[in-house]
Amino acid sequence: MSEKTNDIIICRCEEITLGEIREWIAKGYETFDELKRVLRVGMGPCQGRGCREMILREIAAKTGKPVADIHPGTFRPPAKPVKLAVLAEGGDK
Amino acid sequence: MTWKRTADVVVVGGGVQGCSIAYNLAKLGVKDIVVLEKGSICSGSTGRCGAGIRAQWGTEMNCRFGLASVEKFEQLHEELGMDCGLNQSGYLMVAYKESEFQQLQKSMKLQNSLGIDTRIVSYAEAREICPGLSAADAVGFTFHNRDGHADPFLTTFAYMEAAKRLGVTFHRFTEVTDVKTVGGKIAGVVTTKGDIDAPVVVDAAGGYSQFIAKMAGVDIPNFSERHEILITEPVEAGVCPPMLMSFSGNYYIQQRPHGSIIGGCSPEGHPQDYEMGTSWDFLEMMSRTFVKLLPRTKGVRVVRQWSGLYNITPDKQPVLCEADNVRGFFLSCGYSGHGFMFAPISGELLAQKILGQDPWIAIDQLHYSRFERGDLLIEPAVV
Repeated sequence: MSEKTNDIIICRCEEITLGEIREWIAKGYETFDELKRVLRVGMGPCQGRGCREMILREIAAKTGKPVADIHPGTFRPPAKPVKLAVLAEGGDK
Repeated sequence: MTWKRTADVVVVGGGVQGCSIAYNLAKLGVKDIVVLEKGSICSGSTGRCGAGIRAQWGTEMNCRFGLASVEKFEQLHEELGMDCGLNQSGYLMVAYKESEFQQLQKSMKLQNSLGIDTRIVSYAEAREICPGLSAADAVGFTFHNRDGHADPFLTTFAYMEAAKRLGVTFHRFTEVTDVKTVGGKIAGVVTTKGDIDAPVVVDAAGGYSQFIAKMAGVDIPNFSERHEILITEPVEAGVCPPMLMSFSGNYYIQQRPHGSIIGGCSPEGHPQDYEMGTSWDFLEMMSRTFVKLLPRTKGVRVVRQWSGLYNITPDKQPVLCEADNVRGFFLSCGYSGHGFMFAPISGELLAQKILGQDPWIAIDQLHYSRFERGDLLIEPAVV
């Protein structure tokens, strides 16, 4: 891989580069959730919609496992960002 | 990673407590330390917590622990070689009842006597400290400027990385299934990956610590309760710089340096089912608290909600001791929601205790035998 690719931003919400992701995978942070905790990838407004697949492929490449065997990490509600004022009004019970 | 059948110390639990204990033991010269974690590092209560750090407490023990931990956090980046995301914007305590304000002032006198510079602030000053605050219905406020919050993930990883450099071994995805004892002494652990014989085993298993203790034949009255929390998208700094906290208001809310605002509260119904799910009721209740207390957050979006376990004791203070009936079995648990903030100090004190030294803050009172004796150290300042 070219050194140049290390500058590519993978998580746009938190501005995390491919180089940083590779650096932490090499240190043993080999699951999506561990990379999320240390780099905040997938914690921004898009909740990993932009970066998750790319990071899973990167973990697969570095660990030599098929991408299908890489745990996708935890998905948490809400499914999309919702304004506090809307939530505070409550829903139908 | 290769599996070694023996160790000098086995630490059960890869949260901030376990990582701090392992680091402090290694720093004091212990060579062969293994940390066992059933998930990945920081996947339990530490990684789910509200991240607060405070010295504003209601008992002398917690005040001493709180101040010592604040002082540790202030130099943790330098000591561990990794940024822990410390933000010292203070804790602003909000009282909505006269009796609550009197309790805050009583605690403040205790804090002041122990070198913690907590003070009463007016509503006008509270609004300078937290510009978006709307609390005209509050009776009074106390503030301590050295309180604040740090990043629980980075702090735990910083301890782990520093411990690794000192030779500590970490086994992730390795669950302890039994604790071995022989003649009133600890002998080792049985795990899903194999056995490890060790003369010292530390129970730092957070929400599951009572089960590990039971495997060793030690009964502690700890129980685990699910607490929920949410985080918003990042917005400009200055919306809620301090940790806003109220016992009667039932909330804690703070804005991390990267802009996201975190808020949680004590649950209704006190769920003890070890499920870490999320509820609509919490989301609605917490959102109401946000928009009332910080009206400028009305248009801010919630991006994530989750929950974690408070490992609670009858007096809301930790169990930090060696077991009487199983020598070599040490416990660091029952922090009742405050395990993250106390980890820098409790890890050091327990490491000293394990090595037969006198911990520099006496921890005798934190033995679980206090519950049988009825000698509780009840902490009033808990959300």
